[in-house]
Parts: sequence; C-alpha cells; structure tokens
Amino acid sequence: MVPFLRKRVVSSAIPLLFVVLGVFFLARMTGNPVDLYLPLSATPEQRADFSAAQGFDDSVPVQLWHYLTGAVQLDFGTSLRTGQPAATMVLDAFPVTLQLAGVTMLLAISGALLVGSLAAYRPGSAIDRIAGLLSMTAASIPDFWFAIVGVLVFGVSLDLLPTSGTLGGPEVWILPVATLLIRPFGVLVQVVRGSMVGALSAPYVKIARSKGADARRVVFGHALRNAVTPVLTVAGDLTVALVNGAVIVETIFGWPGIGKLMIDSILQRDFAVLQAAVLLTAVTIFALNILVDVCHALLDPRVRQAVPA
Amino acid sequence: MKPSPFDPDRPALDVEGLCVDLRTPSGTVRAVDGVSFGVHRGRTLALLGESGCGKSMTALSVVGLLDPVAEVTGGAVRVGGTDTLRLSRAERRKLAGPVLSIVFQDALTALNPVQPVGRQLGEPFRIHRGFSRRRAEEEAVRLMTRVGIPEPRLRARAYPHQFSGGMRQRLLIAMAVALDPDVLIADEPTTALDVTVQAQIMRLLRDLQTERDMAVVLITHDLAVVAQRADDVVVMYAGTVVENGTVREVFSHPRHPYTKGLLDSVPEDAVRGRPLPAVPGSPPDLSAVPSGCVFQDRCPLVRERCVRERPPLRSVGASRSAACHFSEELHRV
Repeated sequence: MVPFLRKRVVSSAIPLLFVVLGVFFLARMTGNPVDLYLPLSATPEQRADFSAAQGFDDSVPVQLWHYLTGAVQLDFGTSLRTGQPAATMVLDAFPVTLQLAGVTMLLAISGALLVGSLAAYRPGSAIDRIAGLLSMTAASIPDFWFAIVGVLVFGVSLDLLPTSGTLGGPEVWILPVATLLIRPFGVLVQVVRGSMVGALSAPYVKIARSKGADARRVVFGHALRNAVTPVLTVAGDLTVALVNGAVIVETIFGWPGIGKLMIDSILQRDFAVLQAAVLLTAVTIFALNILVDVCHALLDPRVRQAVPA
Repeated sequence: MKPSPFDPDRPALDVEGLCVDLRTPSGTVRAVDGVSFGVHRGRTLALLGESGCGKSMTALSVVGLLDPVAEVTGGAVRVGGTDTLRLSRAERRKLAGPVLSIVFQDALTALNPVQPVGRQLGEPFRIHRGFSRRRAEEEAVRLMTRVGIPEPRLRARAYPHQFSGGMRQRLLIAMAVALDPDVLIADEPTTALDVTVQAQIMRLLRDLQTERDMAVVLITHDLAVVAQRADDVVVMYAGTVVENGTVREVFSHPRHPYTKGLLDSVPEDAVRGRPLPAVPGSPPDLSAVPSGCVFQDRCPLVRERCVRERPPLRSVGASRSAACHFSEELHRV
C-alpha cells in the first residue's frame, strides 16, 4: 500500500504544478486590481504607490517567483480586500465547503447503494421502475433552480426552513444539502443499479446461491463489493464537481465557503486569495482522486497486486 | 437435513417431464421440453448435446439457479422423493449444498474475485451449520488439502486470480462437495482447461464420487468424457431428449440418427484426404422448432411422417429409449 500511495502522490505533483502556474496567469488576465481599489480620481502617483506596495509593478517573472516561493512556505500573500493573510481566509472558508460536500456525499452514496441495490435485485420490477424514474428526474434537475424553488416554497411560502446563513440548528443544513444532494444521488442510483445488475448475474453469485446463500448474503456478501468499483469512481468525480460547484449553493444560501470566497475574489481581483483558494481546491481534488484509488485497492485485491512494489 | 427414508431403489435425483420457458424479445420459447432422467447414488449420468440444446438450462433448473428470464413451466425435480419445484425459496436454500450441488465450467468467474478463497470454501459451513468464521476456515483448509491444493493453510488467504485454471476448478469442486451432497451436477467442468489438467480434474471428480457415494450429473458435449466417465447417457437435441440408455449400449448401437451422427463425427477412423464426417446443418432456432420431429432438417432418414408427427421417446430395448420413428432401421445398418 505504501509504494502504491507514493506512486500516486508523485504522479499528481506535475499536474498540480501546472494548476499553480495556470492560476497565476489566468488571475492576471482579469484586469488590473489598481483600477478597482483606488477611486477614479486617484492620481497617477497614488496609483504607482499602490502598485509598488502590492508588488504589481514587478515584472511577471519576479511576481511569479514571489508567488512560488511564498506558496512553498504556505504564504500566499495578503488579501487586498481585507488585509488578512490569504491562507487564513481560505482555511477559514474551506471547512464549511468540506462539511457541506462531505455530508452530501455520505447521504448520496449510502442512499444510492440502498436504492440502487433494491432496484437491481429484480430488474424490471415496480421498485426498479420507480427508482429509475426518480433517479433520472433527480439527475436532471438543475441545482440552482431547485435551490430557488426550495427557498420559495419552504423558506418563503411555508416559512419552515431558514433560507440563508449557517447560524441556527441542524435545519440550516436541510436546503443546501438537499440542493447539492439530488444530482449526485440520481446519478449514483443509476450507476449502482447498472453495476449491481451486472454483479448479480455473475457466475460467482450463482455459486453463492448454489451454496444456499440468502438474498442478504448474496447482495451484501458477494455482489456489492464487486459492484462498488465504478460507483467509487463516479462518486469521486461527483465529489470534485460538488467542491467546485458548491459556489452556486453557497451564494444562494449565503454559506461562507470556498466557492463563495473564490467568486468574491475574482470579482474583486483579489489575486492572493484567489490563488490560494484555487490551489487548495486543486490539492483537495488530487487528494480525493488518490483516496478513490486507495479505496479501489482496498476493495479489490487485483488492483492491489497490479502495483509493482 | 438429508431427505429420508433412504430407499436404494429410488434415484437420488429424479427429473420428470421438465419444461423450461425462456422469455426473449421476440416472444416466449421453450428451451427445455419434457426432459426426464434419473440418477442413483454412486452413478454418473451424462447429459450430452450441442451448445444451446438445453442441457445447461436443465442443470440450472434442477439446482434452482435459472436466470430471471427463464422459468420452469412443468415437470418435477425430485430429490429423495421430494419435488423441489414445489418447495418455497427458503426450503430450497436448505437443500442447496447439503443435498444438491453444482460445479460450473468457468472457474475464474465462478469464484468471487474479491474474497479470499478460504472464506468462499468455508461459506457452506457458515450458512448451513452456523460455524464461526474461524471454524469454517479450518474446514476450508481441510477441503483444500483433500482436492490437492499445495500449502492449503497459506493459500486459503489468497484470491482466485492467484490460482491457475486447474487449481481454481479444484477449489470449485471442493466447495461443491463441502457438505457431502447427494447429487453433484458438473456443468462442463473441464471445458476451460487443457487436456492434462482435464484428466486430473475428471479423476478428482471420480475419486470424490466414490468416496462420498454421490450421484453425478455430468453435462458435456465431449463424447470422450462421456465414454470414459459416465454410466448412463441422455442425448439432448433442441430442448428434448432424443435418446437415453447406458453409455455402453448407446455408444455401440445408437438408435437415434442424431446420436449416430455425433458418434460418426469422432475423427477416430478418419481417412486422410477425405473430409471429416459431420452432422450437416445446425440445430433449429428455439423459436422455430419444427412441429414434427425436432431433428427432421438434418436427418438422413427423414420422410413424410417425420414432418407430420413428433416421435415420442419410446423404449427400444431394456432400459433404453429413443425418439425416432425409424430407430429400427438404424439398428440394422
């Protein structure tokens, strides 16, 4: 397992470097922050002073050098907007997104495993058809629409749930999680169903039945672990999409997560914060991919063996 | 657990008039049509036929493992006098392992790829005898020793892909005989193996059969395997039984033109430069089985009566039958 991990981490390093460079250059294409932070009436001298203070009049390679050497020491500079260290702001916002994504995926995966397995046990049955219809609908609903309708119905008309913010009891979680949940849940139900139908018709399942195994043993003891590989892969992708896409939900529901922070930083040309946020998100995504691979290896001895020690 | 009382005259497995329907996109077809046979403990019966003749389907219905698209629509499968087709699912599960067991041909896919083999071999003991995981694994090691897996204690922790094809087949057989079943069904157990390994596996099966006094149903398309290994043979064609009897009689004097055609196509007395004899044509599509004799399209003896009337399986000698209007003619040639 250790050489396996080492290999995966090393092979992630180079793409990560490209992300670091990409963010740096793309951020600078959004325009000059000086125009945004100083009033229109600012004199050229004031502008020059501001630029010099923030390091914007250094040449691009020099700026890049500062950025890279800083990044290695986990120093991403200071926010133009708040004057706080960018790293602090990002690390404050990140757990919010992570919690939201974590709770959502936990619910989506466990729900999908249950519903998908039930549907797959008897293909074509009433349960299967209902599950197919529901999951297809869930996978097709745009999340921003669901969020807005949710706020309208449960927040405004029925006045049952809070519509924004993180203060309050567990009820503040309901609308954001539900919004994030529907698509991954719908997609995962279909993946679980498809891969369980395959696993349940495999010869080893027939053999398990020929030993007198009951439905529970067949599904959970034999089929599920074989069927879960594609589910893991898709779940990994969906989690990535969730971390990235949380921006919509965070904006609508006013959750101070990394998505909201990124949007604000782009709008404010707050390069330091933007760079730190994108970098952290990228690292998270790489870590997620490694986690998925590790799970594959744990679940399937053939994957474990395929790695040269 | 075992059905009682034990009656030496009664076959351990008695299949009578078994019919299986298969739902296909173009309608329901009859894949097995009125198949009957019986096999006693200690004896081996071969179900012989080409791919698609319904022999595997017959085997799967006997052990209750048909795919959902197939359904038993008639007949009886009696094990020790009990018709298993009339039992509930839970009651059938109780028979699966201690009474009826099956070995499949493809031992790689028949073993669960993500479970250590020791755990899979121990599973029958966990299911039927409530053994602890540890005790079941002890039994697994004992079985692995019996079927000739070297270093069984170590290898019990290994996964199926870490075994050779022959070893995997041994594991499957070990798993099938774990609870000393009365009836063992072997569905082409050596098809995927090379010839030397085939011989070892057949020997292992025979030894286990003698040791445990099992009735064995051997499903195969291999005439040599039938000749060497089986006592009785049931020849199937297009879902029906066309001939049955002891291997010795059927093979020396086939009474159905299909059996004769199969036996003639064995390249034993082939002459160099002359094409190998074969049964011309191919089996009928199951959705278009002719209303008369199922073999009429390929039969050298076919006449008008064969098109009009399906020949019943009728006695053509002591304890043998054939489904041909003109089986006497075969006897003469």
